[in-house]
Amino acid sequence: MIELFLVFLVFGFLGAVLIFMNKFLGPTKTNPAKESPFECGSPYLQEGINPFPIKFYLVAFLFLLFDIEVVFFFPWALVFKEMGTTALVIMFAYMIVIVMGFIYAWKKGAFQWE
Amino acid sequence: MIEILIVFIKIVCALVWFLLLTLYLTWLERKESAVIQDRIGANRASIFGIRILGLFQPFADAIKMIFKEDFVPAFSRKFLHTLAPFISFFFVAITISAIPFGDSIRIGERTISLQILDFNVGLLFILAMLSLGIYGIILSGWASNNRYTLIGGLRGTAQLISYEVALGLSLIGLIMVFPSLKLSAIVHYQGELIFGFLPKWGIFLQPLGFLVFLFAALAETKRAPFDLPEAESEIIGFFAEYGGLKWGLFMMTDFMEIIVVSTLLTTLFFGGWQVPWMAADGFHWPWGGEWLLSHWLVVVFQVAAFNIKVFFFCWLQILIRWTYPRFRYDQLMDMGWKLLIPLSLVNIVGTGIVMSIL
Repeated sequence: MIELFLVFLVFGFLGAVLIFMNKFLGPTKTNPAKESPFECGSPYLQEGINPFPIKFYLVAFLFLLFDIEVVFFFPWALVFKEMGTTALVIMFAYMIVIVMGFIYAWKKGAFQWE
Repeated sequence: MIEILIVFIKIVCALVWFLLLTLYLTWLERKESAVIQDRIGANRASIFGIRILGLFQPFADAIKMIFKEDFVPAFSRKFLHTLAPFISFFFVAITISAIPFGDSIRIGERTISLQILDFNVGLLFILAMLSLGIYGIILSGWASNNRYTLIGGLRGTAQLISYEVALGLSLIGLIMVFPSLKLSAIVHYQGELIFGFLPKWGIFLQPLGFLVFLFAALAETKRAPFDLPEAESEIIGFFAEYGGLKWGLFMMTDFMEIIVVSTLLTTLFFGGWQVPWMAADGFHWPWGGEWLLSHWLVVVFQVAAFNIKVFFFCWLQILIRWTYPRFRYDQLMDMGWKLLIPLSLVNIVGTGIVMSIL
């Protein structure tokens, strides 16, 4: 336990030092043009960000579902060698559920990227 | 007290190894791309006129980055803007602490394992930390308050979470073969032999799992051909509003991810620190005869084997990065969802059936 704590401490300290190094060692000369957002050379047109369509919600949702299914695989894989054929049958039942969900998502067009 | 001191020394050694390798990967990347593109590459940095193939170039870069101005754009969310590179760096760097660099060394009465954190759940720890690194990308894209960075950030997140599933699934087959999540135990399992001569490495037992893991891990490093979040020719990427060492942290994260992926490939599929046919007391050749070595020589062999394997995979990843053009967004997502995930499911079923028959 003490090892984990020490690892987080050392790496966190290193990260903090690296983040603040520029502040202490670098110059501080600033002007409004320098601080405006990068827009490929033109002056910026609007503040903030307009909403734009991206199929991010769906990807995030699919990720949640499938990653939870992956998590259930880990304990099963650990005891597979001891349980033998029983585990194989259980896995087949579970795998059918996953594959059905996967095919459903595919047929519904969840994997159509534009 | 002495326990804490030992842990501290181990952390410092691992960190020095990690940071030096990161610095020299930038040099290797420059030189390798130069060779591929028939250029000379960085060769000007020198100390007192000595310039050995530009070997001092990484240090010159680092010094230049350290003395840059600390720059935070006026419209950004300042706290998150500063936090993002820290998160990105921290969660990738910390994974190195769970990697076994070698077996263990004996000094007097004491046995010291060459691994900082010998968890029961080392593999899950690494996967968890690598996923937490995604926060660095989406926070930097969001906090910069610039639509190019936001596009980069969202693309990066979509890509990383898509390949996360395949990455997890491809390891299930490996865990079925080597039933442990402890990385040192997985490496110990790989010291045995199949048919009396072939080392029992993950690659020989899980070739399909290895391929899926390799592609998913390459996508996780988010470099070409999977560099959509960055895409220097179109949107610059989620770190467009960063400069100096904060940008440097993102760049270091990229190279650190290469190293972490290489160490993972080595540990899981190529026997980690195992040298073929070498046991704790020396070599036992499969054709008979043996070559006994002292304890320290064995340790040197093991650490050297680990390092050679890691260097090889770093070199391979840079070669891939400079050889292939970028995927289109739909090709990338198609590969993640429609190719790698079905393949890894097939791998699990196949592994299960083969193991039940044998």
